[in-house]
Amino acid sequence: MPQRPGAANESCIVRIRGLHYAAGARVIFDGVDLDVERGAVTAIMGPSGTGKTTLLRLITGQIGPDAGELLVDGQDVAGLNRSGLYALRRRMGMLFQNGALLSDFDVFENVAFPLREHTRLPDSLIRNIVLTKLQAVGLRGAADLMPYELSGGMARRVALARAIVMDPEILIYDEPFVGLDPISLGVVLRLIRELNDALGISSIVVSHDVREIAAVADSAYLLSGGRVLASGKPASLTESDLAEVRQFMRGLPDGPVPFHYPAPDYAEQLLGSAPP
Amino acid sequence: MSNLLAELYERMLESLLAVGRYALFTGRLLVETPRSLLRFGLVVHQVHNAGALSLVIIMLSGLFVGMVLGLQGFDLLERFGSEDSLGTAAALGLVKELGPVVTALLFAGRAGTALASELGLMRATDQLSAMEMMAVDPVRRVVMPRFLGGIIAMPLLAAVFSMIGIFGAQLVGVQMMGVDPGQFWSQMRGAVEVDDVMEGVIKSCVFGVACSAIAVYEGFHSLPTAEGVGRATTRTVVISSVVVLLLDYMLTAVML
Repeated sequence: MPQRPGAANESCIVRIRGLHYAAGARVIFDGVDLDVERGAVTAIMGPSGTGKTTLLRLITGQIGPDAGELLVDGQDVAGLNRSGLYALRRRMGMLFQNGALLSDFDVFENVAFPLREHTRLPDSLIRNIVLTKLQAVGLRGAADLMPYELSGGMARRVALARAIVMDPEILIYDEPFVGLDPISLGVVLRLIRELNDALGISSIVVSHDVREIAAVADSAYLLSGGRVLASGKPASLTESDLAEVRQFMRGLPDGPVPFHYPAPDYAEQLLGSAPP
Repeated sequence: MSNLLAELYERMLESLLAVGRYALFTGRLLVETPRSLLRFGLVVHQVHNAGALSLVIIMLSGLFVGMVLGLQGFDLLERFGSEDSLGTAAALGLVKELGPVVTALLFAGRAGTALASELGLMRATDQLSAMEMMAVDPVRRVVMPRFLGGIIAMPLLAAVFSMIGIFGAQLVGVQMMGVDPGQFWSQMRGAVEVDDVMEGVIKSCVFGVACSAIAVYEGFHSLPTAEGVGRATTRTVVISSVVVLLLDYMLTAVML
């Protein structure tokens, strides 16, 4: 049985109860309950197509739920107007899967972008803040490079510097480990943990990389079939009795989630009696 | 038969919805205009992108169109013994009609496609979503400067086109065909009124709004895929060209 999240209190920065969301006829979430602890790294895991990124879009108010409660720091995200939503987003930082750096600007200007848009700080102070953030991700020396000159790992670290430049309270990572070489992966893992602890922020990491998540997360939720299948410490999920959880955590090719996509009988289709 | 009617009805409904979406989007752009003009540096940058970078193609096209106008005009007017009116004919044709229309068509092909593909790629690479997540409205920060840059650039480009076109007509008519230069210029000055020039200016401003709105709408709403960006670029050229020619007829009918 899925573990029921603890009663929400002030220690939760994100609280989700009975979340329902459908994209057209396809039900993505069918009653999801989830809590993100303040100051912790919370992982949201699940097989591809379970709606992990959709959940992030719901938390950040890019889309609205069909039903249920979604509170971020006590505020009902779906009930916020545009200016309220923007005020909330200024307290969040988000790292996109591909970095999403602005291609017209160099690294320095990418990191400076939120400061230039939201503050009237003098250039000298902006320069210092940006260099500090770039130093934190180890890319102070790359300040003059353009996005197309960066490797995938570097682009993600620049995006991370940009995400923390406004000193957010919540940092959201969408698939931060995809396509990284082992060195870049190690750097990103270390940054997630260090930034979370050093800046005192709350982190939400969406990923299906079990080993990496286990190394960095304080707690994890496993989503499947529109519901929370299991939650708890990453290590405890590995020992779960549920076959679906075991299959995912151990990376087994077959199990409750079948290897084959539903299809007509193989022999019948080959012999032509079933539709192609 | 009933299937055909049903499909026709669906198509009409879709077209009406598309027109409504365009109108709403353009309405929002116009509402945002005063606030966006406050960040004039961003607009100037886009005037450079849409205008200055289109100058070469506009000047070359203007020269050739003017030269053709000089040749055809001379051939026609010579039949009536009034080749001295070539300057008037070329100037009126360019200032009132060819300048604004051909500039708008070239603008759609050069700057419009650049705008649509740029915005489409920003959508496809999550740059617009990233701005949303940084609490920066992409319509205000990205779309508006490009929209206004296009509107400002269009009449300027049309003026350059007409100017170079008249020079081209003069080159052929006076230098090659032997039209009297005094007659060429004096008849032009005598016949072309301020109202004629204003007609061209109004047309190019309207075309500027239409072409820029179509380009930014298509780019901003393109599907986040390579095919989606390609389709947005194509639609920008096709829709802009048809709308410019339609608007040209409507404006000419109103202003004649």
